[in-house]
Amino acid sequence: MRYTLLLHYPEMTAEELGPEALAEGMAAFDAYTKALDASGVLISAEVLQPVAHTTTVSLASGTPVVQDGPYADTKEQLGGTVVIDVPDLDAALAWAQQAPPVHYGTVEIRPSATHFADGAWTAFDFQ
Amino acid sequence: MSSTDEARAAATLAARASYGRLVAILAAPTRDIPAAEDALADAFERALRSWPQVGVPDNPEGWLLTVARNRVRDALRSAAHRTAAPLTDAATVPADLLEVDVDAIGDKRLELLFACAHPRVDPPVRTPLMLQVVLGFDAREIARAFAVPTATMAQRLVRAKRRIKGAGVPFAVPTRADMPERLPPVLEAIYGAYAIDFLGGSPLPDEARFLALTTAVLLGDEPEAWGLAALLTLAQARASARTGDDYVPLSEQDVATWDRALVAEGESLLRRAAAFGRPGRFQLEAAIQSVHCDRARTGTTDWAALRRLYAALVALTPTLGARTALAVAIGRVDGARAGLAALDAIDDPGIGRFQPAWAARAELSGDPAALAKAISLTTDPRVRRWLESRGLSDDR
Repeated sequence: MRYTLLLHYPEMTAEELGPEALAEGMAAFDAYTKALDASGVLISAEVLQPVAHTTTVSLASGTPVVQDGPYADTKEQLGGTVVIDVPDLDAALAWAQQAPPVHYGTVEIRPSATHFADGAWTAFDFQ
Repeated sequence: MSSTDEARAAATLAARASYGRLVAILAAPTRDIPAAEDALADAFERALRSWPQVGVPDNPEGWLLTVARNRVRDALRSAAHRTAAPLTDAATVPADLLEVDVDAIGDKRLELLFACAHPRVDPPVRTPLMLQVVLGFDAREIARAFAVPTATMAQRLVRAKRRIKGAGVPFAVPTRADMPERLPPVLEAIYGAYAIDFLGGSPLPDEARFLALTTAVLLGDEPEAWGLAALLTLAQARASARTGDDYVPLSEQDVATWDRALVAEGESLLRRAAAFGRPGRFQLEAAIQSVHCDRARTGTTDWAALRRLYAALVALTPTLGARTALAVAIGRVDGARAGLAALDAIDDPGIGRFQPAWAARAELSGDPAALAKAISLTTDPRVRRWLESRGLSDDR
């Protein structure tokens, strides 16, 4: 079963973090994703740029509205995603607890409903 | 070695050996751990500057304490001056400090340990706090051992120290009446420094053993403190067997890699604990380690003895881990069916996602589904590889 781990945490710039904390954070994330990979459960992992670099677009009002900045301006932002394939929530929870951001933010464990692979969507899991 | 190197080496040695003793003495009167640490850091810095010129003093610890004590007094005086508080405050608070005979420094580390593991200090921060204020590890080293970012750990430590001062946590050894309630958190916190070893080759376990021994010696007649010292000593004896590239379970470790001197020391500590005739959790866990270590002598593991010890441990502290271990021991002695029945009888709601219970079930039943579940819950690649290899080679 696929889960997306949504990593939410307060944004810090490289200057705010300082070179040591930055290197430490990168090493922790590197070790985490390598453990996921070595265990054969990793589908993909992304670390996102801060919301200062994000752009949102919507056609909901009929005309395109392009905006600088995030959809929702909150204290904690979505900072990265990790997609894993594990048998169940227990396993997803075990891995989520190892994700470095659990120490300074929140990790949301979101089950996949369906995903696109080999030219088609997989069977939709209605819940 | 140049005199600078020599001064540095002497200061470093004094730091390791006496950091906790000096912090304890400096912080006890005011409960202000950060102020004590600042003053001590300052004293160490001065030592590094002055000792190369004038030589290392005969009593480096006394020298450091004198300088640090003056710093604390100066800081209090200037604070009193700034706030225009009655001078008596500044004069009375450090009075205890001034009475300390630097040539016969008492040991207040116990008081400091009981403050670090006080009920008003959050349990998760007790172990890191002890490592920092008693052993002098910096936040970065502690953070690495706990696999937590340095900034997060530093923040937790600062908050805990603020709490100790703000809430008026006493620097005192509890009375005999309070000891049964107050000693376990201290021992738990020391045990915590050993347990983090499983997060990967940290240098802290031997420091934990040192703390446990110190606590046992200073308290003198607390069997559980001796039991913890025995447990950590026996566990440390097998340290080299735990650090390879591959995970090797205890019952399959090569006994030639164990440190026999440490095993002997651990066993003598355990006998010392047992002589009090007041068994407890750590003594039982040490006895369990001792049975495993005995395989080096006899060539076999005495599972019947382990079963008795785990049964006693479960009666005392029915944790999920102890109950699972008991089921495994029952399986070894009375057969897999009995072991599985014991596992099924565990009614803890957490068992469904408890990796060791699934590993035990896989071992006892040979059920590939149980093995798959155990593997899915394993986040350590070494243990995962080992479990996967069981699936391939296990022909029961």
